[in-house]
Amino acid sequence: MLKFLSDVVAAASIPADWIGIRAVKDRSRTCAIRDAHPERNTQHLDHGAMVEVLAHGQFGYSATNNLTQASLAAAMETAYAQAVAASDWSVHRFTTAARPKATGQYVSPHRKGLDALPPGELNQILLQVCDQLKVSDKIAQTTASARSHDIETWFVSSNGSEIYQRDYLIETHFGTIAQDGPTTQLRTDHGYLAQSYQGGWELFPGLDLWQRVQQVGEQAVELLHADNCPDLTATLVLAPDQMMLQIHESIGHPLELDRILGDERNYAGGSFIKLEDFGSLEYGSQLMNVTFDPTVVGELGSYGFDDVGTPATREYLIREGKLERGLGGLESQQRSQVPGVANSRASSWNRPAIDRMANINLEPGDLTFEQMIANIEHGIYMETNRSWSIDDQRHKFQFGCEYGKLIENGRLTRTLKNPNYRSVTPQFWHSLSQVGNASTWDVYGTPFCGKGEPNQLIRVGHGAPVCAFETIEMFGGAV
Amino acid sequence: MAISDELRVAEQVFAQIADAVASVLDMSAHFTLTLSGEDSQFTRFNRARVRQTGTVSDGTLTLTLMQNERTTSAAVPFVGEFETDWPLLKTALVELQTVVPQLPIDPFLVLPEGSATSRTVNRGELLAADAIAATLLPPVQGLDFTGIYAAGLIFRGYADSAGQRHWFESTSYSLDFSLFDAQNRAVKGTFAGSQWQPSRFVDKITQAKHQLTLMARPAKTIERGQYRTYLAPAAVAELLHMFSWGGVGEADLQQGNSAFGLLRQGQSLSAQFTLQENFERANMPRFNSYGEVAPLQLPVIQQGRLVNSLVSSRSAKEYKVPSNYASRGEYLRAPEIMPGSLTADQILPQLDRGLYLSNLHYLNWSDHPNGRVTGMTRYACFWVENGEVTAPIENLRFDESLYHCFGDGLVNLTNFQDTIADIDTYDRRGLGGSCVPGVLVDDFTYTL
Repeated sequence: MLKFLSDVVAAASIPADWIGIRAVKDRSRTCAIRDAHPERNTQHLDHGAMVEVLAHGQFGYSATNNLTQASLAAAMETAYAQAVAASDWSVHRFTTAARPKATGQYVSPHRKGLDALPPGELNQILLQVCDQLKVSDKIAQTTASARSHDIETWFVSSNGSEIYQRDYLIETHFGTIAQDGPTTQLRTDHGYLAQSYQGGWELFPGLDLWQRVQQVGEQAVELLHADNCPDLTATLVLAPDQMMLQIHESIGHPLELDRILGDERNYAGGSFIKLEDFGSLEYGSQLMNVTFDPTVVGELGSYGFDDVGTPATREYLIREGKLERGLGGLESQQRSQVPGVANSRASSWNRPAIDRMANINLEPGDLTFEQMIANIEHGIYMETNRSWSIDDQRHKFQFGCEYGKLIENGRLTRTLKNPNYRSVTPQFWHSLSQVGNASTWDVYGTPFCGKGEPNQLIRVGHGAPVCAFETIEMFGGAV
Repeated sequence: MAISDELRVAEQVFAQIADAVASVLDMSAHFTLTLSGEDSQFTRFNRARVRQTGTVSDGTLTLTLMQNERTTSAAVPFVGEFETDWPLLKTALVELQTVVPQLPIDPFLVLPEGSATSRTVNRGELLAADAIAATLLPPVQGLDFTGIYAAGLIFRGYADSAGQRHWFESTSYSLDFSLFDAQNRAVKGTFAGSQWQPSRFVDKITQAKHQLTLMARPAKTIERGQYRTYLAPAAVAELLHMFSWGGVGEADLQQGNSAFGLLRQGQSLSAQFTLQENFERANMPRFNSYGEVAPLQLPVIQQGRLVNSLVSSRSAKEYKVPSNYASRGEYLRAPEIMPGSLTADQILPQLDRGLYLSNLHYLNWSDHPNGRVTGMTRYACFWVENGEVTAPIENLRFDESLYHCFGDGLVNLTNFQDTIADIDTYDRRGLGGSCVPGVLVDDFTYTL
């Protein structure tokens, strides 16, 4: 494929400054079970190519799912015409420095292939998950699903780039709704499809699957009769499966350079961060160390190169609370003159690359979970995101969780249902008072990060330890 | 070849492929075949300049095989050439035939039946690709204009083993934009249609510029609390989206996953609130993924009472209730909230003292079983005193139950409706939209 695409580029007749083709082939399979009946068994082959052309300082693109030489040549002509027509109105005159030559390959580490678990066997495992979730007659709904993706990407360009990448992905989920009269409670395996990783079928079913299934079922029923989360302002302790969302919404998105440059203001929004803040702003407490790290084995947003060919490296975004670097690829770095990362990414062949998160992780501290809780006189511990909402500047947020525990005098005591909290991003991160050590650290992922015009959903990973925050406003639902 | 000619070929190729599938399956097998595709132009703007511009040609065939009470499906690319598309689908079909015996029995399997056919072609006239920047940008020079122009052809096809056939195509555009001032305050404009009308564009920009001048006044900081609030149609459309996310679908109601379980248990909303599905004016196929054609109108909430959930034929089998040919996901496809009696000139006097909200942003359930929603105000939102706009507001977080907003807190609805086009472009360009009035609500709750 690399040779075919390179030949297509070499045969181009358009007077462009640069031409690139990114072809993608995504083979996926989805199996979903609800209440021990099959809900969905699908397979999907998607392929196509994004042809991108730089002319007169403007990029133009044309994407097609017809992978013949003639169709790709026509797409080059269209992309060139798009670039020329817009070049008098460019937001920035780009140069080929935004697409330097790169060669190499990346393959997701995996031990088993994606054919190692036949659809029939996968269905049987998921049926069993649904069966075992039904720990009580109060269980009103059980769901279990799994998706696999084998995504190959080939990237070539007129200045000699040749990159091949192959992602193996396994994304799994199970959960249940318990109901008693008008009261319902949701409990899931760390959030919808939060168990999303790179790898093969060695990831599922894992050794602890049945223990997790049992716990999710039992906790759903437990929540039905738990106390409602009280209204109080106290110490909030977040588990890694909620830290994932907290990092994503209040660190990842506000640091995206395209938001700060204004590209996203009509859709996802802008950011409270300004370009001049990089290198000087105290983003949060000194316990806060945040990295952009697409090199973590198995984390969902790992890769060798971004979608314009920039080699991926681990970089600190925030070190000891201080903002160092933005989430921006080469185009945003040219426009902003702010240091960025290799994060020009596209959801597939049919969307242009924009600034995205990949793996954004909060580095561990030095306290065990028990030490952290022992340090707290009064607070609430929350697990698993259930609700999320934040303003278009990534400032005022309100998040809700599935499961809470009251902390009293250094101990976890009563279970709480409907735990929610709200705050404002800078105050929140400055209130970070304890960071758990590596034993409290966990990695989760999501395939649903939405952004861009046209819209794109992309996969990201977030690793974090348990963290504690002081003086946070918390509240429950209607009793 | 012109795009309209290409589409005629695509329609023929789709029919040819459906016939080919039918010819290779034996009598014990059933199938549905759907097609979704587009030829789209996307031009993205920032600061009245072009940020990104390009085209996307995409198409997907989805074949669902049903045999011996089991089912599985496969999706493959569609380019509109039988010699390219049929071999891919045929390979997928062979895989499906291998997989289907491995799967558990699906007791709620919906087999294709009936003889429905339809063909809808909505033609339009769009800006030429090389005229987009040169047409849209000169009128907004000097303004901080940002947003996206999306346009082109969208097509959908359906065929099945019972002989049902449907075709839908629509040529359309949407322009979704914001204007910002130097203090980063903004107003929103969205319009969509099938014929590009220069005067309509200029009118929209003029209206947005006027709203932006109102935003230039010093902003008022609003303390958290409850305020009488006017929600303009675009804001109401955001709340209406929640009715399709764990809302009025039968499966969600049955499985404890609905915000409207309380309605089914006898609670009601305001007698002024009526919600229906209305395909009369919707730029949207009426057929679903089973080839069934929805009724032109279906009342869902009538004078505050839940009179119909959205029931797919799959849910109908599972819960033994009649199907109303909802989509498989049982979401609203052509929702309309019926108007009230509040005239445009009475909005501010009737609001008197409170908040005028043009748009809402980033809504999510904060207490799903009780219908409570949180989200943010966005764009042109104002404080109103003595029936007059006095100041823009800083963005506020709200947290309010739909049972209050459309129930005991509902004062009135406007006597006019706006059509809010679905301009989503996740995976593919959206179709249709909602038809909604503005809503005046007492004691709407703001929390941050």
